[in-house]
Amino acid sequence: MTQFSRKVLALVWKDMLSEARTKDIFTSVFVFALLTVLIFSFALEPGSETTSLVAPGMLWVAFTFAGVLGFGRSFVLEKEHGCLDGLMLCPVEREVIYWGKAIGNLVFMLMVEVVVLPIFYLLLNLPLDSLPQVVLIVLLTTIGFVSVGTLFSALAANTRARDVMLPILFLPVVVPLVIAAVKSTGLILQGSPWADLWSWLQIILAFDVIFLVISSLVFPFVLEG
Amino acid sequence: MKRNSYSWDAVLMAASFFLLAGALYLVFMWVPTSATSLEGIAQRIFYFHVPLWWVAFLAYAVTFISSLVYLARRGASWDNLACSAAEIGTVFVTLGLITGIIWAKPAWSVWWTWDPRLTTALVLWFIYIGYFLVRAYAPAAQARNFAAVISIIGTVDSFIVFMAIRWWRTQHPSPVVGTGGGLAPEMLFTFMVSLAAFTLLFVLLMRLRTTLRATQEQVTALRQAEE
Repeated sequence: MTQFSRKVLALVWKDMLSEARTKDIFTSVFVFALLTVLIFSFALEPGSETTSLVAPGMLWVAFTFAGVLGFGRSFVLEKEHGCLDGLMLCPVEREVIYWGKAIGNLVFMLMVEVVVLPIFYLLLNLPLDSLPQVVLIVLLTTIGFVSVGTLFSALAANTRARDVMLPILFLPVVVPLVIAAVKSTGLILQGSPWADLWSWLQIILAFDVIFLVISSLVFPFVLEG
Repeated sequence: MKRNSYSWDAVLMAASFFLLAGALYLVFMWVPTSATSLEGIAQRIFYFHVPLWWVAFLAYAVTFISSLVYLARRGASWDNLACSAAEIGTVFVTLGLITGIIWAKPAWSVWWTWDPRLTTALVLWFIYIGYFLVRAYAPAAQARNFAAVISIIGTVDSFIVFMAIRWWRTQHPSPVVGTGGGLAPEMLFTFMVSLAAFTLLFVLLMRLRTTLRATQEQVTALRQAEE
């Protein structure tokens, strides 16, 4: 294992440990995501015919807003206890901090999604054979959310009105991800084959790769000053 | 030196004033309404709509490049350039969206549609609203870095948005200028005058805004030195 990945894993371990003791992020994000699904069920009244039309939208609104909440917490916690200054004093490159926080965020988001997704299937009575494809879409899209979410949460944590700044920056940027995720989830729920998914998965993959690279490159500038 | 730069501003101001007035005359009195267009007289908004977008893209390109240079080299003047262009670009994007909405109703019989160009423009507009909010809310020492980062992310994102929505749906008329054919000579002339007028206006606004911002920064520095 290289020096770089060992440092990154040390940072991820720190986040896991503090999360395991406080359960701060998981609890709030999980409850929030479930409540979003609940409110949508009353707002849209999905019946048997409309379910496959509204379900993708419900799912992705829940995950997008849950993401905003979770990413926001992750840097605000660092900021509140002066941990961020400690992190910056560590003899590690700034990119290491980005990857550490990004992987930490990814793990938290996936943990929430792993629990919310089955409940969502159960509540809306969705076809179970669509699950493997939906899991793949969720995994790839969450990587995209995390790539820009980690960068913007570090940025927003250093501004006044940080709770408002993160969604204002994050939501317009993830528009292409949300489009691709909703479209591909919808296709799968309507029983389309794997091949139809491909063009949408390409957009999600392109977003993931491009923004992981750009975010890790510009992240040092966000911590400066 | 100073006197010289003021006289350039005066020349630019006069030139863009007369060109804009000329463009107004050409658009409303001279050029015939395109015979092929279904929307009738509303077609003439094209002479303002397209130059507005041209300036908007020019401005955002200036912001993107100056942001990159600012992160690489530093220097407040690059940040000044980036932020001034972003402000002017956002004004033009807003006007471009409004003229587009006015045109869309007679042409498409809806005010708005989720077409790639429209959606990309709207997303970019939102990203730059975030850009200005961050400049206002971030501590002065970090605001410039933050703004540059948002401009870079926003520019790259707009390409992905465009791709995503092109696969999703498309309705906007394709470009007719420079593809040969499509535009009658009178229409092309009117369009070029309008394009020149708006481009000169952009150069003028950029000069005024960057000078103003540089002066603002000098005043702030002097005030801090006094305290």
